[in-house]
Amino acid sequence: MKKILVTIVFAVLPAFAFAAGGGVPLDHMKPDLADKASLQNGAATFTNYCMGCHSMKYARYERVATDLGIPLAAYEENLIFSDAKIGELMNIAMQPSQAKNWFGNPPPDLTLEGRLRGPNWLYSYMRGFYADPARPYGVNNSVFKDVGMPHVLAGLQGVCAHKPETGADAVVDPLSGRIVSDSGCESYATEGTMTKAEYDETIYDLVNFMVYMGEPSRMESESLGKWVLMFLVILFIPAYFLNKEYWKDVH
Amino acid sequence: MQKLIDWIDARLPVVTAYEKHMSKYYAPKNFNVMYFFGSLSMLVLVNQLLTGIWLTMSYNPSAEGAFASIEYIMRDVEYGWLLRYLHSTGATAFFVVVYLHMFRGLMYGSYQKPRELVWIFGMTIYLVLMAEAFMGYLLPWGQMSYWGAQVIINLFGAIPVVGEDLSLWIRGDYLISGVTLNRFFALHVVALPIVLLALVVLHLLALHEVGSNNPDGVEIKKNKDENGIPKDGIPFHPYYTVHDIVAVVVFLFVFCAVVFFFPEMGGYALEKPNFEPANPLKTPAHIAPVWYFTPYYAMLRAVTVGILGLPAKFWGVVVMGAAIAILFVLPWLDRSPVKSIRYKGWISKIALIAFAVSFVVLGYLGAVPSTPGKTTLAQVLTFIYFAFFILMPWYSRIDKTKPVPERVTG
Repeated sequence: MKKILVTIVFAVLPAFAFAAGGGVPLDHMKPDLADKASLQNGAATFTNYCMGCHSMKYARYERVATDLGIPLAAYEENLIFSDAKIGELMNIAMQPSQAKNWFGNPPPDLTLEGRLRGPNWLYSYMRGFYADPARPYGVNNSVFKDVGMPHVLAGLQGVCAHKPETGADAVVDPLSGRIVSDSGCESYATEGTMTKAEYDETIYDLVNFMVYMGEPSRMESESLGKWVLMFLVILFIPAYFLNKEYWKDVH
Repeated sequence: MQKLIDWIDARLPVVTAYEKHMSKYYAPKNFNVMYFFGSLSMLVLVNQLLTGIWLTMSYNPSAEGAFASIEYIMRDVEYGWLLRYLHSTGATAFFVVVYLHMFRGLMYGSYQKPRELVWIFGMTIYLVLMAEAFMGYLLPWGQMSYWGAQVIINLFGAIPVVGEDLSLWIRGDYLISGVTLNRFFALHVVALPIVLLALVVLHLLALHEVGSNNPDGVEIKKNKDENGIPKDGIPFHPYYTVHDIVAVVVFLFVFCAVVFFFPEMGGYALEKPNFEPANPLKTPAHIAPVWYFTPYYAMLRAVTVGILGLPAKFWGVVVMGAAIAILFVLPWLDRSPVKSIRYKGWISKIALIAFAVSFVVLGYLGAVPSTPGKTTLAQVLTFIYFAFFILMPWYSRIDKTKPVPERVTG
């Protein structure tokens, strides 16, 4: 019996160690959904750079504007480039059939990408592009090998000359207080307009926004949840004493 | 008020029913913490019914619209996210409380004579619940919904001669499609809940006819006072109602902590691939059923050799089916003169522990990709699972038991 138990324990233990694994080690990024400035900046980056190809078709502009504290008029003027109304879903004009011709696969809808891939993956992916002349768009990615997507933010980051290392330990950024991994690109084949720190911050904001988009109810859920749990703690007191009162005559 | 009650009672036996099932239903006074999970199952059932009804108001049961309508519920419907998380967490909670409730039955011999029918109705509830959960899982129309259903329905194809036609009949199409989604929706929201409710009524009626067992396995009806009331019995209401309220509050605290703070439960309650719409052309790298099915899935995968000219897959399905079927005949496998594990001997105790451990570890193995080592472990554990039942007529008879007290203890 003891032998069997020991065997079971040893057979199962290593599995837990690798449970989180699967491919490339990832950088760390801890989202901060309370940071509205970061979310707004991320929304701006997404709309300007990503939404040409990627829709967020399950979400509505108005909800984003409201949740992020952006006045509707300002949002409509600056962050809606089509003739869509503010109450509409965040669709794009590109047809999937055309997109398939251009990229091999149509760019996926990104409403739920933050939940599907997780913040660490997205953060590593967006900082993982590097020059690779063998690829059709001249770039490859250290997290998503032979990805069909061009490095859309090359103008900001530049193009990394080498394959960026990933999987560095998480650190607290002393200036912003954000928890991220401080690794990534060391030398550039072409320079961008941003410094490494500026680019990392942009990506942090972008990923933060995508995590928010995956589950826009998260903040509301947690603030309501606190009240619900507090109510249950208080309810426990009369429930406990009511039970005690009745049961004192059971022997 | 009394007049109204009298008026109704002359036409419908409400008072009799109330007395029979609540105020004059005498339950043993020595219930322990394991006895909370029956009423908690009822609570979760009500939660599932109510949140389910409200979810159907915004859900669109079509291959084109299902995924988007879930996101519509999550984003545009007022408190839609809460309804959905209550329902999805409720499914997990349902199996948690039902598994504990069943384990309680195993511990204290609640299936033994005269409670065989209570056990069989309970097992049927469990079976219907599995069908209900399986069909509900397809409805969000995510990648794992789709491929999980694909894998399970294809299992029927392993049955010789009729298998392929049978799985075609279940799907209504050559692959999982909108037709399958529509029929699963109908079964999930109409047919199976009706069956489930009817079975719950039968389970309770049968229980209240023979009376509740208790941790000592003593029949309290053998010791009655001059009024015919069991000396160790107390009226269910108010004693166990106030008792259950405490349990409900504690349960809700844990349940709500999950609902509000981590409804995905690390990918075990809401699996990551389900955040991507179903795609019949793209198979996920690793297909695993939701956690409450994983023990059986591990057993299915543990069978690696075909016998009698039939493929391993077929025998895997047989093993999986037998693992559930054998639970139904449990009342006739236990030959022990005592009910409760408290008075059974060391063989029964070790058998029960080995059974519980094997079920839990199989559950883990069914959730992770298989390796040769893990498959061997799953085979050993499947063997233990079945040995618990098959050897029971023998070990429960020869096992040395302790004397059972006349009256309940503690």
